[in-house]
Amino acid sequence: MNQKYTKKFFLLEIFGIVLGLIFLIPFYFVIINSVKAFSEILIDAAAWPKEILFTNFVKVWDIINFPKAFWNSLIITVASNIGIVVISSMAAWKLVRTRGKLSNFLFIFFVAAMVIPFQSVMIPLMKLGGALGIVNSIPGIVIMYFGFGVPLSLFLFHGFVKTVPVEIEESATIDGCSQFGVFWRIVFPLLKPITVTVVILNTLWIWNDYLLPLLVLTDAELRTIPLATSSFFAQYTKQWDMGLAALVLGITPIIIFFLFLQRHIIKGIASGSIK
Amino acid sequence: MEAKTVSEAQMNRKTGIKPKREVKWKSILTYVAFVGPALLFFVMIQIIPFLMGIYYSFTSWNGISSAVEWVGLENYKKIFTNDAKFFDSFWFTTRFMFTAVIISNLIGFGLALLLNSALKTRNILRTVFFMPNVIGGLLLGFIWQFIFVKGFASVGKYTDIGIFKLAWLGDEVTAFWGIVIVFAWQTAGYMMVIYIAALQGVEQSYIEAARIDGASNWHVLTKIIMPLILPAFTICFFLTISMAFKIFDINISLTNGGPFNSTESVAINIYREAFQYNNFGLGTAKAVLFFVIVAIFTTVQVVMTKKKEVEA
Repeated sequence: MNQKYTKKFFLLEIFGIVLGLIFLIPFYFVIINSVKAFSEILIDAAAWPKEILFTNFVKVWDIINFPKAFWNSLIITVASNIGIVVISSMAAWKLVRTRGKLSNFLFIFFVAAMVIPFQSVMIPLMKLGGALGIVNSIPGIVIMYFGFGVPLSLFLFHGFVKTVPVEIEESATIDGCSQFGVFWRIVFPLLKPITVTVVILNTLWIWNDYLLPLLVLTDAELRTIPLATSSFFAQYTKQWDMGLAALVLGITPIIIFFLFLQRHIIKGIASGSIK
Repeated sequence: MEAKTVSEAQMNRKTGIKPKREVKWKSILTYVAFVGPALLFFVMIQIIPFLMGIYYSFTSWNGISSAVEWVGLENYKKIFTNDAKFFDSFWFTTRFMFTAVIISNLIGFGLALLLNSALKTRNILRTVFFMPNVIGGLLLGFIWQFIFVKGFASVGKYTDIGIFKLAWLGDEVTAFWGIVIVFAWQTAGYMMVIYIAALQGVEQSYIEAARIDGASNWHVLTKIIMPLILPAFTICFFLTISMAFKIFDINISLTNGGPFNSTESVAINIYREAFQYNNFGLGTAKAVLFFVIVAIFTTVQVVMTKKKEVEA
């Protein structure tokens, strides 16, 4: 873009910055009020805190058992991501490389299921999950995320594998490399860009997911961050001093994740949706 | 015969080529090993429960007693004749979907146009506009509950502007708009990212040629840029329609369906029917209807915009 930076651009710039600030106002409110005393919030929620207190954070840290909730969210997100990437990249590669009616059918079968809303599956899933013994356990919910994550991830890998030249794989096969060897040593490293996209999309989804954990994880010990936050709010209604500290704690990990990886995330989201 | 097999085997050992049948078996096994796990989890977690749901929608299953009785179309009859709440939630969800889809795409596209120009702050602004999207709907709803209840009140005190003094979540009309605002705040940045990616793919020469021919900014936008990025509109509408239609988290934490159930989405209605009132049979019947409607909406939309893409 070789436009000159004119007065018009300057005005647009100001406009953009003002809009950006408006977008950030909710964060301002949440953060400044999380360090106030309750009475101060009631008097004026917009004012800068007279005194910065961390007592709200200390109290909430224990009430929601933040380290435990963080750990549960982390384990579930990481384990689900690994599993989804492994099974859907392998399947996508084989479906692309083995041409035929079966592969076409399976691909359409996987992709068509993306229109099934979660709510249309959840009620019987809880019954089936009970029978299979995968409810109220972290490995159990991870297995469920495998099932829900496969269609989109497989779809993205499928589109990407098509752009990978087949010649290298063929020469490796002739040299006596097994199919697993070909995939993991040669193909998978080439899939890195789309793997990043898949991991980002799945992380944002699983980390923030509320309804599936709400149904599956009933023990307080197994609560994820959204579950711990909602049960806190159910118990301490309108106690905004602690509530806002809980919200700040809740959003901090994912905001840090985003700020560190923002370039990849924004690029990954764009390429993930356009494919 | 035997002699021949032996010699064939010997020959193969020498050349390193395996007999055909063995190769075929091996390729079937590797196919199963590669595709099987994904298929297994997918079928077990999504397809089987989905089919079970269709079956249970014709039963009196209540989740507690083991007797699951076949009741035919009884559940569906009940929904259509004796469940005003379901229709209310349906009507709310539909109104919400149309409003939220239009507003979040308008904002997202507007932001994309703004940030696709040579602004100095465009990278940081992209980050800012996208940021709400990484926070889950549940936490966003709680954040905004505070903004609407306490934040707006104190802004109203300072500015004396009427809209900030309303009890936003206590009134049916403003509660509806409250959810629209939070949804737009969350998704506009996401749509912006998709629109920016599409805008960057537009050939600058087309725009310059049109400018030379004397086209106005508005004409360049509507007659050249927008037709060129129709696929992005297809995607963004598809995404926002399905997100808005399945809305659950934001409602639960922002309004909890209130006031007077006016913001209870279909997803919440189904959840409550099954897991709070234990009417699993009725709940699955609603879930089946919900699937049919979501499928119709999304297919109609994709077909419509795809048709436009072909025409353009």
